[in-house]
Amino acid sequence: MNGTKLDNPDVGELTAIARELRKKSLELIYRAGSGHPGGSLSAADLMAALFFAVMKYDSKNPKSPERDRFILSKGHCTPVLYSTLARAGFLSDEDLLQYRTINSAKFLSGHPHPKTPGVEIATGSLGQGLSVGHGIALAARLDGLAYRVFVLMGDGEIQEGQVWEAAMSAQKFKSNNLIAIIDNNKVAQDNMTKDLKDLEPLEDKWVSFGWDVYRIDGHDMGQILGALEKPLHPEKPRVIIADTIKGKGVSFMEGKPGWHGKAPPEDLYNQAMKELEA
Amino acid sequence: MKDGATRDGFADALLDLADDPKLVVLDAGVSDSTRTKKFGDKHPDRFFNMGISEGDMVCTAAGFATAGKVPFATGFACFLLGRTMDQVLVSLAYSNTNVKLVGSHGGLAVGEDGPTAQMIVDLAYTRAMPNMTVIQPADWEEAYQATKALFEHSGPAYFRLGRPSVKGVYDSSYKFQIGKGHVLKPGADLAVFATGIMVQESLTALESLEKDGIKPTLVNISTIKPLDEKLVIEQARKNGAVLVAEDHNRIGGLGDAVTEVLMENEIHVPVKKIAVNDTFAETGTAQDLFEKYGLSANHIVNAAKSILKK
Repeated sequence: MNGTKLDNPDVGELTAIARELRKKSLELIYRAGSGHPGGSLSAADLMAALFFAVMKYDSKNPKSPERDRFILSKGHCTPVLYSTLARAGFLSDEDLLQYRTINSAKFLSGHPHPKTPGVEIATGSLGQGLSVGHGIALAARLDGLAYRVFVLMGDGEIQEGQVWEAAMSAQKFKSNNLIAIIDNNKVAQDNMTKDLKDLEPLEDKWVSFGWDVYRIDGHDMGQILGALEKPLHPEKPRVIIADTIKGKGVSFMEGKPGWHGKAPPEDLYNQAMKELEA
Repeated sequence: MKDGATRDGFADALLDLADDPKLVVLDAGVSDSTRTKKFGDKHPDRFFNMGISEGDMVCTAAGFATAGKVPFATGFACFLLGRTMDQVLVSLAYSNTNVKLVGSHGGLAVGEDGPTAQMIVDLAYTRAMPNMTVIQPADWEEAYQATKALFEHSGPAYFRLGRPSVKGVYDSSYKFQIGKGHVLKPGADLAVFATGIMVQESLTALESLEKDGIKPTLVNISTIKPLDEKLVIEQARKNGAVLVAEDHNRIGGLGDAVTEVLMENEIHVPVKKIAVNDTFAETGTAQDLFEKYGLSANHIVNAAKSILKK
């Protein structure tokens, strides 16, 4: 059912796609004059692996009942989401020109909405996506369908209490077709995440909530694929804690809170694009 | 006419809808009170008790809806909505997911548990959200029929139910329709638009008013949004004066919905609201609270007389 997935995904090819997604994300933000670069760049490798190696879907039939589901719970990272959806065939390059513009034909808002093909639910208020994903995972079981539900969250996001409500629910219902991915870039909007509320020891927290826990380097494609493609645990939901760098690939953005939600000016944009070419 | 609580009419309808595999029911750890336990006991595979975590429940329901299920997510009105304004706004209203949010124990009618359990702002919350349908049935029969209508209806909705058993006003010959008010008693002197338990309170008031030669028209407004504007305008014109009765704060509920329609259509008639007077109540029996906080039949009688200057 998948027209866009690579036949035999190779780490080098996926890494190259991730670089393209980073460049496209910055381009969208620069053109719109606003948007969220830091968390888009940190998630690009994860997005490349999900959409071009792991997930089953048909971008020409985006509502196919057997499709794997993806929820961008860290909804502000639409630059990397829309870049990915375009590369996967859900959107055209022309659609992308309408990112953050009025009358956008595919509703390419600053935060996702299901009017956009490939988007399941509106996000943008942090902490809701894991619960939504869990509802879909439960529906899959009722319908006897084998699809999986992938939910991408931010590290700052999991300070929201609802994430832990959902973590308890998924354990209770043994929802092993639910796969949470934490883009652990360690930087939130106005502060380092640990200075807001320290999440560590993060693996211990998820283990104690009954999840099948993996901790990986979220920029190492081999490790990403390994964690995503492991056979499902017989009863535990899976969480992949992906250690990443906010603003990955752009020297002046890496690890800095200042690049959570703003567009670079022309000179810095040009510098960033040059760095991402390299 | 069947006496009973609206929460029971709802739960009984769920049992009769259970043949359709699209139906799923979620609860937030109060299924004995919301009566969804009846469904859960018979259909454990499609009953999801999410525990005391309303935000998680609401969003889980939204997930079910995106996969083609028709989820009814239930809880006490106060916590169900009070704790989940954001989840309801984003995952239900904005996403336009087909979730039926069912808030039991609405209003001062809850009684002794006091203000933290007496939800008096839920109609305001939900009415202000784009895409939301808002319904409050008057008795067991209407709750039963409205549940079935909500199952067929597509889109997010809030269904407000009550704790106490109330006197039946409808039998099975009644046909509930979303968006339609119903003239329960035709009259001439003033139109009383009532919703939920205030329908029964108004019926009591009408008996007393009729003894004094006043014949109001009683209209049951069970769909608060979208409001039956045509009927509201027609009855306001015909009767020449309006009372609106609801077990809810006077801000943001049915009273405001009716007055907005009248003003925007330049229907210049006197209007009075029978509602909680922008205050928190206290503990006490439902009847004592209705008396003290302005909702009882006596208050309806007095307001009617005052508006007619009799």
